[in-house]
Amino acid sequence: MLSFYLVKHLRAGKRRFCLELEYALPEGGFLGVRGPSGSGKTTLIRCLAGLDRPEAGYLRVGEDTWYDSSMNVFIRPQKRRIGYVAQDYALFPNMTILGNILYANPDRDKAIRLLELTRLEAQAHQFPRELSGGQRQRTALARALAREPELLLLDEPLSALDEELREELGDEIRRIQRTTGITAVMVSHSKAEVSRLCSEVLELRAGLLDDARLTVY
Amino acid sequence: MELSPFLVSLRLGAWVTVLLLVLCFPLAWAFAHARAKWIVFIEALTSLPLVLAPTVLGFYLLIALSPTSPIGAFLQSTFGIRIAFSFVGIVIGGCVSGLPFMLTSLKTGILGVSQGLLEASYTLGKGRLETILRIVIPNMRTALFAGIVTTFAHAIGEFGIVLMVGGSIPDVTKTVSIAVYERVEALDFSGAHAYAITLVAVSYVAILALILMQRREAKR
Repeated sequence: MLSFYLVKHLRAGKRRFCLELEYALPEGGFLGVRGPSGSGKTTLIRCLAGLDRPEAGYLRVGEDTWYDSSMNVFIRPQKRRIGYVAQDYALFPNMTILGNILYANPDRDKAIRLLELTRLEAQAHQFPRELSGGQRQRTALARALAREPELLLLDEPLSALDEELREELGDEIRRIQRTTGITAVMVSHSKAEVSRLCSEVLELRAGLLDDARLTVY
Repeated sequence: MELSPFLVSLRLGAWVTVLLLVLCFPLAWAFAHARAKWIVFIEALTSLPLVLAPTVLGFYLLIALSPTSPIGAFLQSTFGIRIAFSFVGIVIGGCVSGLPFMLTSLKTGILGVSQGLLEASYTLGKGRLETILRIVIPNMRTALFAGIVTTFAHAIGEFGIVLMVGGSIPDVTKTVSIAVYERVEALDFSGAHAYAITLVAVSYVAILALILMQRREAKR
């Protein structure tokens, strides 16, 4: 079970608004968060990852509290069991695909299984610069899963891909999420994408004025 | 031509490079990532050796390290170390003079490793030290090499500070550049040439190696 209530003031260009969001997602659920650019999607996922600190609220994953402003609890990203796929994948250029996965978890057998799951066995000893966009995306996914995360966070994982590949890899993300049963949150600006892949969808709309609430529906 | 000035220069270059590498990394990291606004004042201070005359730096260092100064007196009375006109003195002088070369290269290299890579490493459970050792340093190796090469080449050719702080003591503080100066003063141009051309060759090879490495990295 993932439950959170997060408050954070944001600035998008000249606009200032307040992200205020409360939600609970059952274990194994796949939450899609959709909204236009500058609506707070990435901030939300960064707060869940611990890369940004909210101003108030709480974040609980299973029995663990990762953030609670009333108790001054903030667990650093290193200590959160998360798998995080960034928009640009952030693969380590000095490591092979296998090396990237082993960096997350030195268990070689697990790394081989993940390469099979993401259909990257043939690329195991290649470097990220030698891969296509789709292969890089699958590597980032395999690396994120290597830590056996409690929560998988995907920040616009398909935005850098062309239309055909988006559909194919979107299905693959859904397949892997179902296979592993990991609770997942994905943000995307595409309504069709989150509706097709996710079990639950949140739609964000940023207020134009300070303290305007985001609408959740 | 004596061999001793070359050995002193090489020892000086090696000490300055290693010391600056260790000292500058945390400083370069702070300059690249610290959010405090006052850090720019420290950064400006560390860049001063780029624009100040080496003799000015050498003069103030000599005053600061002389046995009559508080630092010099403390080091001499407590540890029996005399810094002015010693090898330790020219290493300190070389470090002050070479500081901006190492710092600039390291800061450029650190900034070249994207925040996204650091965050990816943190979300994979790695701490800052492991991230620096396994992600940052391997991905800034060209900048690291540039820092090492330029600092070393600058240190072995340093003249003003070395002469002010170290004088010209054979086998101790007399470097190749000082030997060139002395040979010219004695109107021994062929002797000066022998030292100078060696220094030119060493510096050229070092810079050439750096450019070749940069080209190879750019092709990747």
